[in-house]
Amino acid sequence: MAPESADEVAAGLREAGYLAADSTALVAYLAARLGKPILVEGPAGVGKTELAKALSRYLDRRLVRLQCYEGLDEAKALYEWNYRKQLLRIQAEAAGTGWDAVQDDIFGEAFLLARPLMQAIGSEEPVVLLIDEIDKTDQEFEAMLLELLSDFQITIPELGRIEARTHPVVLLTSNNSRELTEALKRRCLYLWLDYPSTEHELEIVRLHAPELPDTVARRLVEVIAMVRELDLKKPPSIAESIDWARALVLMGAEDITAEVFRSTLSIIVKHRTDLDTVAERVGVRLGAASEASEAASAAMTSALREAGSAQREAG
Amino acid sequence: MSFPAHVLRFAEELRAEGVAIGTSELNDAFAALGEVRWTAAMPFREALAATLAKSPEDRRVFDLVFERFFFRAAEGEALRQGVREAGGEGEEGQDGITGGERIDFDNLREQVLRAIREGDEAAMRDLARLAIAAFGRRGQGSGVLGVDVQRIRRSLGLRSEPGGPVREDPTAPAPEPLTRDQVRRFELHLRRELERAQIERTQALPPSRPLNELDRALPSGPLQDLAAVHRVVMQLKRRLATQGHETRGRRKHAHVDVRRTMRASLQTGGVPVELKYRPRRPRRPELYVLCDVSTSVTSASVFFLSVLHALHDSFRKMRSFVFVERISEVTDVFERERSFKAVSEAISKDAGVADVSGYTDYGRVWREFLEQVEDDLHPRATVIVLGDARTNGRDPAAHVFARIAERAGRTFWLNPEPRLYWNYGDSVIAAYERFCEAYECWTTRQLEDFVKALTRPAHSAG
Repeated sequence: MAPESADEVAAGLREAGYLAADSTALVAYLAARLGKPILVEGPAGVGKTELAKALSRYLDRRLVRLQCYEGLDEAKALYEWNYRKQLLRIQAEAAGTGWDAVQDDIFGEAFLLARPLMQAIGSEEPVVLLIDEIDKTDQEFEAMLLELLSDFQITIPELGRIEARTHPVVLLTSNNSRELTEALKRRCLYLWLDYPSTEHELEIVRLHAPELPDTVARRLVEVIAMVRELDLKKPPSIAESIDWARALVLMGAEDITAEVFRSTLSIIVKHRTDLDTVAERVGVRLGAASEASEAASAAMTSALREAGSAQREAG
Repeated sequence: MSFPAHVLRFAEELRAEGVAIGTSELNDAFAALGEVRWTAAMPFREALAATLAKSPEDRRVFDLVFERFFFRAAEGEALRQGVREAGGEGEEGQDGITGGERIDFDNLREQVLRAIREGDEAAMRDLARLAIAAFGRRGQGSGVLGVDVQRIRRSLGLRSEPGGPVREDPTAPAPEPLTRDQVRRFELHLRRELERAQIERTQALPPSRPLNELDRALPSGPLQDLAAVHRVVMQLKRRLATQGHETRGRRKHAHVDVRRTMRASLQTGGVPVELKYRPRRPRRPELYVLCDVSTSVTSASVFFLSVLHALHDSFRKMRSFVFVERISEVTDVFERERSFKAVSEAISKDAGVADVSGYTDYGRVWREFLEQVEDDLHPRATVIVLGDARTNGRDPAAHVFARIAERAGRTFWLNPEPRLYWNYGDSVIAAYERFCEAYECWTTRQLEDFVKALTRPAHSAG
């Protein structure tokens, strides 16, 4: 069941608890239609991995995840011969059987340990395959992926070619810590996920922390945007906004005052030096602005009320 | 021209700007275009971007080229069909909308600010036109687009304030300062409307020109942006750490790793069927770094030094010197201080190089350097100089520099000025270039390439 339009994908992802930006939904839609993998890049914590999870929920497919790390090799990613089992079998049948029979026997699928890539290929049901942090592996591993990504097949010397029974949706994520090879990029659609716009982030926060009062949510998003403007080692991402929103719900905060901000600062900023910078720059501004903002928000609500009544009269 | 031909021309322009687009990418692009509606701009643009631009840098170039290409295509078509806007430039004043004298600048400014804050593109475009009309009234137009854009921006009093607002009256409601991005977006509208007016006036498309190097560089001048520095350093570190793996392979001089071979042989019953090789280690040179810290190049120098020191485990030994008129060793400062800010403060305060005149004296610097390290220099040492080679009219003393280069194995010169400015004015880089390899280095990208070249495993045993 391939989706019919990008809007459908966006709606589906929303249902699965992921608010996709227009371009994200569009690329996901293209990937499903064209059967191409998506290469997702962006700063940490903007929802690259979450996108894969949401896609799997939306498409109602199993998520097969391969977490990459330095030194990951075929044996861990693709398949490995279960040689202990093979040895046992040989010993068990040592007497009487010829070599040919044994050889055919022990290099069969019964002795294959399927690793994530193999599982994704061999699955009866279509899956979503997430290859997380591909930039952590070395180039040989990337090269090995090429066959899988373009033709959805794997060649195992002893068995021959294994083709995908179903077409998986493939997502690769990267933190851009290393330039990926051209060959890999050529096979993928490219999606750059960045920090969302204020409005978009507000929606995301509302979705994940619906109990948070509206004014506080708006204030939170504004403060986060302010913090991102500073020179930080690790600017807060969406994940941090959501954590902070949840923390504020737990605390029952009515407004983000300088005091609340200071006590919850460690949720959004995670470097010691960054903590100082943020406390210094934003904390002060919050203290001065909170009174002004109260006046402004009061003015705004009254304006809204007027506009509402005007509309009612017009209608 | 048919539609596919247009897309191909667009791809050609991207290639001309250095985006690698293969035939397979183009096939993908057309396949993707087959799946989206073209009536809205967003899906069309994103479908092309997802298939053609495959890195953040490429995406930046893509956006710039996309704007330029389709703007020109639309204007060209309008010219051909003779479409003119009512009240375009030349007939303003007769038309109510563009009556410049009636526009109140303060009022306009308020509206512009609001539109920018709200990110309302349509309003920004309209206001840009109003601003241009009002500005044209005042008769300050220079005819050069870039200059006019900046003049209009200034006359509207639009500024981004990165340092946070400093207000005389702290009780007044402090409006959020505009970010650099927001101002830039409005400038883009200004530029486009100016260009449109120009095309209408001259009835011809101006010749298309390649993107400016500076447009393509990182948005905010990477050498000043501390956060960018940290990110670059982190990435460089990880890239260098994995570099050894890339060149691993069965080269002639590869050494067998006995331990790993034995371990692997366990799977085959103790018979070493598969040989394991030692990875080739990246070269770990011994570094002598000399950095000019006179005001013109400070930020570049300190940035460069911190990058090198963050990577100190990639080098066998490293000594750094800074100079203005005299030379001073700062190796300790970097060992002591961890943060970039503290280092630059320490250097500007206690390095003892901020001498009377504050002008660089290269001749003296070479002599002092040679005095201090001549005995330590040997063919496996690498000397790196970072400076703009502007001698302020003093003796370049190239022969002393030649002697340094002769004693050291390799000598590099990094010049933080674009190559265009080399050897103009008091820049004497040509005198030094004969003895060393000179690189320009004013984007993080160039710096990264240089550091990579520095640590690349040598081909000969070494």
